[in-house]
Amino acid sequence: MTDRGTCLLNDQTVALAAPDRGLVLGWLRERRGLAGTKEGCGEGECGACTVLIGERDPAGRLSYRAVAGCLLPVGELPGRHVVTVEGLNPSDGLNPIQQSLVDAGAPQCGFCFPGIVVSLAGFFLTSTDLSADDAMIALDGNICRCTGYASIRRAIEDFCSSFAPRLDAGRDRVEQLVEWGVLPEYFGNIAPRLAALPGSASTVAPSEGLLLAGGTDLLIQQPDLLELEAVDYVSRRRDLVGITRELDHVSLGAATTIEDLKRDPAFRSLVPGAPAMIERFGSTIIRNRATVAGNLVNASPIGDVTVLLLALGSELVLSREGKRRTLPLGDFYLGYKQLARKPGEIIEAVRVPATVAACTVSFEKISQRRFLDIASVNSAACARMVDGVATSFTLAIGGVAPVPLPARRTSAFLTGRTLDAATIHEAAGILDAEIDPIDDVRGSALYKRELARRVLFAHALAFAPGRVRLEELI
Amino acid sequence: MKHGDPQLHVRGESVFVDDLPAPHGALHAAVLGSPVAHGKITRVDVNAALAHDGVVAVLTARDIPGENQIGAILPDEPLLADGDVHHVGQPVVVVLASSAAVARRARLDVALEIDSLPAVTDPRESAAKGQLMLPARTFAIGVVDDAWGRCAHIVEGRADSGAQEHFYLETQGALAEPMEDGRVRVHSSTQAPTAVQRQTARVLGIPMHLVEVDVRRLGGAFGGKEDQATPWAVMCALGARTTGRAVRLILDRHDDMLMTGKRHPYSSDWKLGLDADGKFLAYEATYYQNAGSAADLSPAVLERSLFHSTGSYHIPNVRATGMSCRTNLAPFTAFRGFGGPQAMFVLETAIDAAARAMNVPAFELQRRNLLREESVFPYGMRAERCRAERCWDEADRAYGIEARAAGVAQHNAENVATKKGLAVMPVCFGISFTNTSMNQAGALVHVYTDGSVGVSTGAVEMGQGVNQKIRRIVAVTLGVDLDRVRVETTNTTRVANTSPTAASSGADMNGAAAQLASQQILERLRAFDADEKDWDKLVAAAHFARVDLSAHAFYATPRLHFDKTAEKGRPFAYHVYGTAIIEVTLDVLRGTAEIDAVRLVHDGGKMIDEAVDRGQVEGALAQGLGWMLLEEASWDAEGRLLHDTAGKYKVPDLGFLPDTVDVSFLADADNPEAVLGSKAVGEPPLMYGIGAYFALRNAAAAADATIDPLQAEAPLTPERTLELLAGGFRVVAVEDAGQNPD
Repeated sequence: MTDRGTCLLNDQTVALAAPDRGLVLGWLRERRGLAGTKEGCGEGECGACTVLIGERDPAGRLSYRAVAGCLLPVGELPGRHVVTVEGLNPSDGLNPIQQSLVDAGAPQCGFCFPGIVVSLAGFFLTSTDLSADDAMIALDGNICRCTGYASIRRAIEDFCSSFAPRLDAGRDRVEQLVEWGVLPEYFGNIAPRLAALPGSASTVAPSEGLLLAGGTDLLIQQPDLLELEAVDYVSRRRDLVGITRELDHVSLGAATTIEDLKRDPAFRSLVPGAPAMIERFGSTIIRNRATVAGNLVNASPIGDVTVLLLALGSELVLSREGKRRTLPLGDFYLGYKQLARKPGEIIEAVRVPATVAACTVSFEKISQRRFLDIASVNSAACARMVDGVATSFTLAIGGVAPVPLPARRTSAFLTGRTLDAATIHEAAGILDAEIDPIDDVRGSALYKRELARRVLFAHALAFAPGRVRLEELI
Repeated sequence: MKHGDPQLHVRGESVFVDDLPAPHGALHAAVLGSPVAHGKITRVDVNAALAHDGVVAVLTARDIPGENQIGAILPDEPLLADGDVHHVGQPVVVVLASSAAVARRARLDVALEIDSLPAVTDPRESAAKGQLMLPARTFAIGVVDDAWGRCAHIVEGRADSGAQEHFYLETQGALAEPMEDGRVRVHSSTQAPTAVQRQTARVLGIPMHLVEVDVRRLGGAFGGKEDQATPWAVMCALGARTTGRAVRLILDRHDDMLMTGKRHPYSSDWKLGLDADGKFLAYEATYYQNAGSAADLSPAVLERSLFHSTGSYHIPNVRATGMSCRTNLAPFTAFRGFGGPQAMFVLETAIDAAARAMNVPAFELQRRNLLREESVFPYGMRAERCRAERCWDEADRAYGIEARAAGVAQHNAENVATKKGLAVMPVCFGISFTNTSMNQAGALVHVYTDGSVGVSTGAVEMGQGVNQKIRRIVAVTLGVDLDRVRVETTNTTRVANTSPTAASSGADMNGAAAQLASQQILERLRAFDADEKDWDKLVAAAHFARVDLSAHAFYATPRLHFDKTAEKGRPFAYHVYGTAIIEVTLDVLRGTAEIDAVRLVHDGGKMIDEAVDRGQVEGALAQGLGWMLLEEASWDAEGRLLHDTAGKYKVPDLGFLPDTVDVSFLADADNPEAVLGSKAVGEPPLMYGIGAYFALRNAAAAADATIDPLQAEAPLTPERTLELLAGGFRVVAVEDAGQNPD
């Protein structure tokens, strides 16, 4: 049998072989006999299959994140620790998360609860302050059809009020959670065990095979991609991960996850509102897998991060066989899912200009459901405001064209103008001529046109509070 | 540690159908559905699918040994399409293979050719073409036509409510194992084990005693597994019978959404007349129910709409007419509330329109017209122990309707960017299957020689806590600790001829049967030794003395009758009441809304398990809110479902639901009509969600949206809300009969 690397699965060491392929959800249930991880939708929309993935960072620190097992390739496992609900169970009884849920009378049909327990364990492992708000966000990808969540909220209040005050931020988190009984004892030994694992199986050169990032959209559309022999995972490319501050820009590594982007202080120094904006992207278990470049190359006309990065005037660093070039992100989209990308070329990084720090950034997303939904229309705008005048104005808008749209004419019109109601109304007319929405499941074309107007109004209200009033706009 | 379903659930150890270990050589099935909504099948060639590595058999209608028919109310639903197809996704071919992935790939290679025929998707068009499932039915009381002349105000309009996908987290599925001597054992995620048994026997052409159906638990159902769990189970049994191997079929989410029915969309006309004081004098409603391509449970759902046409109100003159309209969509089916919510939405639309016409808050009209003791429903039953006013007044006392309305008005006066809206929603819901004969249940109780107790009933656990209630009933009756009682799987060989677990009545009826069985055993034990206090000793001694420690009991809900010719009777054992106050905030610029709070008083009777009932109220409420404001399923003109994946169909998530959900139960609410004084709880609270529609419309009105109160269309999604705000609606003058008698 071909060696496909070794991983830790709960408290076991597992050598992977040829049949260990496909997606983790099916692998757990069919090959490993672990039926606690459930299939609710198979597209990362319900969270019933949530598992934790743990790994050592370059500094040797152990970190975990909750991800959707139905979109996680088995090929991502070597060298990592995958944790299912079974791996969180104490040998007897319940851990404090489970106990609070039971005490609150929360479980009804029970099908979604393994995923909820795992997501909440992810919360305990990642939240800086163990606040109830963080716990709610940790569940933004977990659907429960029975409870209406009220009882789950009660359970959250219960364990947060008991553990948040006891949190010692200076201590190793895993060690503390083991002490509290939130994690079983064996977690105490995972870091050295991971360090001792043989390196992950070699993969073919990136240019030869499929280069897969988070796959959170691609694997829904094309699950059979994993049948390919040659899949290279960008998560293995340490050189592509991370955010660095350079002299005139902030560089976002292509394989940086959306969740890391959300939390990153350097990015936040440019865009203070970033966490709240990025929270509207997918859900925790999706943001933990989806990557910056993945969102860009996926070329969805409605990509949330794409629209934001467009408005920030970002630039791509593209490379092929060691040759690099840069390209304004706005020039990357040629038509529906058509990219100005040469064969074999990959995105290495996205550069966000440091000048953004002097601007105000506004982000709007209108979707049927506030969280974990695809927008009908999304939009971001970045403006430098001086005495009510937009000395620069960059508007991007999604859901209204075959590509995520840099609204160049509207932006050009508004640049240098005082933002008042008359100007904004005129700009809305220009924007209306710039867009070409279609009727689809996300809304009618007329609705999207009306939304395009209104998101522009929302940006204006954010940029010129006091000068522009809502009553003058609608 | 305590052991029970909740503990198993949070440890991921509870077993659902897809978690059962595969028997040796088990096959996996995938179903090929019709790609078109209506047409004649001209060719089915399965050879290419059969040629796939791992494919063992490919079944079509020709492989059915018995009757190709699974229709329960009308015989209009073949298991596998034969000759013609009537909706997209209608099962045509079943592929059996070594893995689900192989079966799903192979089905793509079935050559299926169909000559398309025109499809009908609209119920009014269906009615106009005479495509009713059964003749229209009318419930009436008083003389409506005479009453209009006495009305000071008459409003008349239309209301439409949309489909709702069940989105049980566990999709439909079953596992069938061939047994010795031609028997088959079916593990099914069904609310209706007997229906699965009956239809399996029918399709296989074998007696029912050769079919055993076993159900441990369901990962959610909400009505979606009452009738529509059956086909998948029967297909597994057919596959097991054909191949001699076990067959498992689990629908993936997309297939489930495409192939199974949802809550019925209704399009309705209404007319409400009031006197000068705002008393309801006359009400007329016509319901066009979109039934889909086969009867399924639609006529029964329609009947419940007729029973709930007047909601929580007393109206002396009523004429409500309903039609189940055949269309080319997947058969719509039971969904929590079962037609009741649709009818109540129509009436609330009428009340809202009347309130706007009279320029009074809707809650004033609602309160003035609530049911009272001895109020007569249009179907002839009198309200007994009526708690409509008590619930309303208790909610008003606890939460303050006027004060909250004033707070909303003040917010709206002071704010431009956001507007708030408030609505009150009273609910009255009848408990019992409206088909009187279905109100029966059985239980089998064993006391083992060590004093532990095993209980089997016809009830299916699907998260509603029926097993926990039955445990409590048996423990209380026998006088033993809860931990001594275990509820077994629901199995047709232990308790036979069961009604589905539905109509909110699972605990009422099966709990009552379990109570009767426990009482029999207790009586025998007491007759044997009236003095022994130690249960274990008593049981051991009784067994030694040859006392029977097992009992079966049967419960038939008493005093029920209904005459379908006169459409009069006493169809319900009792009614459940409650009142909810709902507040929302509208983002005027974006057209999006947030539900701020739901505060309600619910009549739960004397609760057997308050935590279970609270969970039912909160969960049903969430589904009602989702149905009104969020969940949207639509089809194109060719009958293809547009919202066909979890990514496109949105159910409530944690962020959708309000931070404040205050549920208080009516105190001192004994109910002599049900076991231990309890009340059924599964369905009624869903209808509190209807208030959210009107709360949001009120908020939109506060933002100067032009609202036509004579038209209502749910769900009120962000798109529809923005349409209101952007002036997409005309202002229509409301007819005032006081000035313009017709």
